[in-house]
Amino acid sequence: MGIERHLNDTVHVTNLEWFVNWARKSSMWPLGFGLACCALEMIATFVSRYDLARFGMEVARPSPRHADLMIVSGTASKKMLPAVLRIYEQMAEPRWVIAMGACACTGGIYKNYAVVQGIDRYLPVDVYVPGCPPRPESLMDGILQLHAKVMREQSIHNPRTFEIKKGA
Amino acid sequence: MNQLEIGDKLLDKFGLEVIETPATFRDQMTLTVAADKILAVCKFLKEDPELAFDFLSFVAGVDRHPAKPRFEVIYQIKSLKHNHRFRIKARIDESETEPATIDSVFSIWRTADWHERETAEMFGIVFRNHPDPRKLLLPEEWTVHPLRKDFPLFGTEKDTPDLPA
Repeated sequence: MGIERHLNDTVHVTNLEWFVNWARKSSMWPLGFGLACCALEMIATFVSRYDLARFGMEVARPSPRHADLMIVSGTASKKMLPAVLRIYEQMAEPRWVIAMGACACTGGIYKNYAVVQGIDRYLPVDVYVPGCPPRPESLMDGILQLHAKVMREQSIHNPRTFEIKKGA
Repeated sequence: MNQLEIGDKLLDKFGLEVIETPATFRDQMTLTVAADKILAVCKFLKEDPELAFDFLSFVAGVDRHPAKPRFEVIYQIKSLKHNHRFRIKARIDESETEPATIDSVFSIWRTADWHERETAEMFGIVFRNHPDPRKLLLPEEWTVHPLRKDFPLFGTEKDTPDLPA
């Protein structure tokens, strides 16, 4: 309506925030790393049968500096935790976190001295994907929910703040 | 050689002062060896041509708390040459001042390196003359021994923190 018609429908008018959100969610590059058995389901989600390329996510970046999304896929042991936090710190903003599987959400069956009882004690988790391990459909559902969440963000006027929590 | 023959051979060589109570279960024999003779027994097991136990499958620990002596160290060995297996163990105890201590068998089987390091950190057993007595799996700064029976499964914020301080 309006200006588009005068320009023969060669332009599309929207607001900047919607456009930024759309760009972010349409090519959200995940970080290519896995912690435990959930990583195999994550790999299955990437490759041909489920094919995350449909959502602009086919490039799993080996470098955290290129990645937008951290999929914490599996058990985070206390010895691995410093490395996970360091990788998160190296990711450029904006960055998102999916906790994939029971272990990343809550510690899962590992209620013991060696395992972090949920990665959300330290990282700001956006979407929790429960399951042991979750099937690729579950992970894709989580990713689509994250996309919907990104589309609702006030990316320009009220951007998120990113902080690693200090202790539980 | 079958299990009984191996046990007899060890008894002949070392006698009852060193070899205690053989236990047999489902045709597998376990010999308990005096802890201070473990090195001599292992050396014999490896070097005797009829035994030729050239392969150490694993070293493990057992906490028998509150029984005394408290700890057991178990050696599962195999001969690739003769294709027979055997198991020996030694019982050791700790006191108020001294940790449970046993000789390292690293000089006989190099496999013992990591296995003894894991047993050491999990049970607090000291392997004398181990070439590299660092921790294997646990964070270096932890001082607790998680596989002991009196260790709280969940750990504590003080002893097993999520992050190094």
